[in-house]
Amino acid sequence: MSVLKRESVPLKNSNDVVLARQKVRQWAVELLFSLVDQTKLVTATSELARNALDHGKGGDMTLEVLKEGAKSGLRLTFEDNGPGIPDIEMALKDGFTTGSGMGLGLGGSKRLVHDFSIESGVGKGTRITIVRWR
Amino acid sequence: MERIPVLRMGSLLLVTIQVDMHDKLALQLQDDVTQRISEWGSTGLLIDISSLEIVDSFIGRMLANIAAMSRVLGAETVVVGMQPAVAITLVELGMSLPGVRTALSVEAGMELLYGALPALNSGSGDERPEA
Amino acid sequence: MDQLAEIISSNEDKIRAEWIRDMAKTVQRSDLISKVELDEQCRTLLAAVVSAVKTSEPTEISSDGWTETREFLQSIAASRARQGFSLVEVATFVLSLKRPLFSVIQKTLASDQPKMSDALWAATELLDRLALVTTEAHMTAKEEMILRQQQEILELSTPVVKLWDGILALPIIGTLDSARTQVVMENLLQTVVATNSKFAIIDITGVPTVDTLVAQHLLKTITAARLMGAECIISGVRPQIAQTIVHLGINLEDVITKAKLSDAFALALSRSGRTVTRLATAPVSPISGLFAKREE
Repeated sequence: MSVLKRESVPLKNSNDVVLARQKVRQWAVELLFSLVDQTKLVTATSELARNALDHGKGGDMTLEVLKEGAKSGLRLTFEDNGPGIPDIEMALKDGFTTGSGMGLGLGGSKRLVHDFSIESGVGKGTRITIVRWR
Repeated sequence: MERIPVLRMGSLLLVTIQVDMHDKLALQLQDDVTQRISEWGSTGLLIDISSLEIVDSFIGRMLANIAAMSRVLGAETVVVGMQPAVAITLVELGMSLPGVRTALSVEAGMELLYGALPALNSGSGDERPEA
Repeated sequence: MDQLAEIISSNEDKIRAEWIRDMAKTVQRSDLISKVELDEQCRTLLAAVVSAVKTSEPTEISSDGWTETREFLQSIAASRARQGFSLVEVATFVLSLKRPLFSVIQKTLASDQPKMSDALWAATELLDRLALVTTEAHMTAKEEMILRQQQEILELSTPVVKLWDGILALPIIGTLDSARTQVVMENLLQTVVATNSKFAIIDITGVPTVDTLVAQHLLKTITAARLMGAECIISGVRPQIAQTIVHLGINLEDVITKAKLSDAFALALSRSGRTVTRLATAPVSPISGLFAKREE
């Protein structure tokens, strides 16, 4: 598997979240993802970027184009140096929230992508990696 | 600061969301809508999201909140024009927006609000929205 | 391996002629490829091998020096796969080069046994590896063809029919797995928008089993349609399906279900403010008088 293209963008304020969505949309269109797949990717981006900002106190997102044999994919990594998630399993359950609102972001995002991995620890920040293949 | 315009049509309010909303803009809309309903005594609110290509959990919650708040203030809300890709993604995300009535188009939405056709049973009318 | 390069290039025409003659004896498929084209391909392969062998080891065919040869073989193997050549036919193209090449090597190096066996060994290793390149390319091409066909079948087997203004029907035949559900949802929702239909009747008469997963898929479709402002009615629920649904404890409280498509249609009609009336006077033909005028 190889990485054909790579770029990082900051997630420091709510405008950055909008820019992140637009960037993911751009890359997804270039990779010829279907409209529904594009929507899923951009929506997952919105969820995770927002999390990094609101709960992670800001961070960044890295976009990578992957190629494995005949298939190509888009990998997004969201990293922050925030307080971290103490109970990852709990956080992935639908409806879980630490703040106000429905808190579907994490568990829901997992269903929008093919590969999902999360590393987090109290005081160690959080890194979430998602991949959607074409 | 930019705001999403809230238009008045008799006892109806019409909101068309066309921009890629950031959080502050969404909260501003919530404020404006509740303000206007109080001010003008509107009994119906139509939110047109046919230009929205993305509805994430934040926007979804905002729509549910606006519908709930409006109801408390005596107005019914209908959200119209959701794009197929958005509907599919929302379902996958796990959001079904209970408490939010929907229609295919602005016309259909207005018919619902004016009560011209028998209201569709979407199981949403009387449920309390999730907090 | 300059020796091998030298041997091949000075005997190129002879090798090629014998090669083609040998292939004609076993498998040539003149129905799929012309003599001229075949000749051209043999020429190109031999030229590529000659230039590669001069700079790179015959056993290192994944190295850069062999790229031209590899890519050429991959492209003809893929195109032959698409044309209908079998795996054996494609591999034979490369392997049948052995005999003519070996006989030339033997003649040229007859006086030097050690050198001859080195050259023979290098030649056989090389051709074996090149044959594997073609087999791999052939298989990949076939896999791509199958994937494409599967996609076409998926799309063709989920038609959406308009029963009346604002009322659609979606007969599902066969199992409803998650891949199919995606196609069904996209198809249905796009048609809902295009025809401005408030009602969609999903008929599951042709779905053999409804377990929790299938029910989940159906519920996803219904929820998505509802989010857009359209209502779904499930019809074609067979008695066994009804029993399974209850036994599995599947919750269909918010879903309208009917045993027959006609009942679902009647419901959709009445929900959209229409009714079917019988005319008092005798109809001109058995069919024409059955429906009241459409109130549009």
